[in-house]
Amino acid sequence: VSTVVGLCVALPLFFAAVVLGVRRVALVRDLLTVGTMAALTGLAAALLVEVERNGTVVLEVGGWSPELGIVLVADLFAALILLVASATILVVELFAIGQRHTPAGADPAVVSPILLVLAGGVSLAILTGDLFTLFVAFELILVSSYVLLTHQGRADQVRSGMTYVVINLFASTLFLFGVAIIYTATGTVNMALLAERVPELPAATQVGIGLWFLVVFGTKAAVFPVFSWLPDSYPTAPTTITAVFAGLLTKIGVYVMIRFFTLMELDQLGPLLLVIAGFTMIVGVAGALAQDDVKRILSFHVVSQIGYMIMGLGLFTVAGVAGAVLFLVHQIPVKTVMFLAGGLIEDDQGTSALKKVGGLATSKPVIAVLFALPALSLAGLPPFSGFVAKLALVDAGVASGAYVIVAVSLIGSILTLLSMTKIWLGAFWGEVTPSSVPASSRRSIAIMQTAAGVAVAGTIAVAVVAGPLWEMSERSATELLERTPYIAEVLEP
Amino acid sequence: VSVAMIVAVAGLVATGTFLVTSRSLSRIVLGFGLLGHAAVVALLASGGRAGSPPIVDGEPAPDMVDPLPQALSLTAIVISFGLTLFLLALSRRQQVLTGDDLVEDDVEDRRIATTREQQQRAYDETQELEALRESSEDPA
Repeated sequence: VSTVVGLCVALPLFFAAVVLGVRRVALVRDLLTVGTMAALTGLAAALLVEVERNGTVVLEVGGWSPELGIVLVADLFAALILLVASATILVVELFAIGQRHTPAGADPAVVSPILLVLAGGVSLAILTGDLFTLFVAFELILVSSYVLLTHQGRADQVRSGMTYVVINLFASTLFLFGVAIIYTATGTVNMALLAERVPELPAATQVGIGLWFLVVFGTKAAVFPVFSWLPDSYPTAPTTITAVFAGLLTKIGVYVMIRFFTLMELDQLGPLLLVIAGFTMIVGVAGALAQDDVKRILSFHVVSQIGYMIMGLGLFTVAGVAGAVLFLVHQIPVKTVMFLAGGLIEDDQGTSALKKVGGLATSKPVIAVLFALPALSLAGLPPFSGFVAKLALVDAGVASGAYVIVAVSLIGSILTLLSMTKIWLGAFWGEVTPSSVPASSRRSIAIMQTAAGVAVAGTIAVAVVAGPLWEMSERSATELLERTPYIAEVLEP
Repeated sequence: VSVAMIVAVAGLVATGTFLVTSRSLSRIVLGFGLLGHAAVVALLASGGRAGSPPIVDGEPAPDMVDPLPQALSLTAIVISFGLTLFLLALSRRQQVLTGDDLVEDDVEDRRIATTREQQQRAYDETQELEALRESSEDPA
């Protein structure tokens, strides 16, 4: 079974190289890309079933013992997020096939192989049990995101790409320093060994390590006050790229934060995390309210929603972390599909500026439905997945007596609804505006709408299976907070 | 850890950070070069005291240094080399597009901020006008 864990990383990276080789042969390239992502999704599903039944799977890469070599660890949390992440990339790749013949489409010869590298990086970041390998995985993800963001070479992409690259590169350098600091203090970079040794360090050193990695992972996750690179860069990329970024990149940052802070038992940082969470929610949504372009509004919502996951982590209770896990599972597909809907608007109207778009509810009812369902879910209205996830977080907050953050999160929800209403009023109601671009081919539109529809169905499915999902989130949260299952599985197989 | 290492890291980080905060991308590239060096030196320092090379010839030497930080450093150097090339390519592209390699502000953000200011100014002006009109109408 442990071979499957290795394959989840190796398969996309290997086929990225193959696809790069055949990138000019359209049919082979597309079949390979979609096939690889489908296979990865299948592997992740199999892994989740296996982990659910028989517990954590550990792969010692190259047969080296955990003290010397690198381990890949698939516990329930990792398997769950891996499945959601790979399924999301698969849907986006399908959408990209529909979008490529439209003016906004990205060049498939570049996007297909790089998307597979990104998928490999995401798998590695989720599965790795080694802090330095995590750094390498982050670099894989970031380098592919740099290329995806700027490959069309338009002036606005280069401009925002520069800010994006410089800030993320700075965070990566800080990560390296963090590895040096933690290695000096403990003499290992294996996460299970670190989990044993970090809690034995002097309290001040623990807090220092915690704060350092809070800055590193916080920048990747775009929390307040280090989020400003995100709303600047995301909207300039082609829609499919933005959808992948919004669905995955920041969420991987959050995933790693949850993993690191629970494993290193850094719950003394809880109150600080709650303050950061509150500011992230409110500042993000306030930024969204000020904007007047669909893609920019959605980008600010990416920031705002990160706050909710940090809130669950900051509580450091089983209910809180379980809420954060469930929120993560709900956010990845919802955020992706919202950007896909934004892409459909842009494809239909030639722009996503609210002033220039109107009356889509009459002229394009399909787009309206594809936007409305995830928008209501994002705002946290029943019976959608957002409601279930937010309810879990609010419940956990009340149980811990953290009333301030609960109040802030509810205000954030109302403002989110307000901002969704703004998009709805601007783009879907009102006078029907003539499109400034010729309509895309029927086939393109059909593929794009089908892909977005599948993603919407996925977000609804999250709400339908909320019961079992909550049970799984609670189990992974218990494992995360107890810490011993992870340590024992890695060190004493 | 020797004082020389600490001073080297501190100096490299200080200079590097100063360069990175600059607007010109070519300076930022140089800054990242220095910061990358600083990180590598810090990684090497994390391995403990200096000693003989960690090459096992039959059996480990008694005063061998820790080989792991050196392996990590090598990986980090390769990654930062690739990223430096990417940054240079990006600044070249910016130069082709605009004639310089300066990092610019978020245009859209500036636009929204200025429209608010302009709206406010327009509103103030109409208020003043009305106040003037009222005061001129009063004596009549």
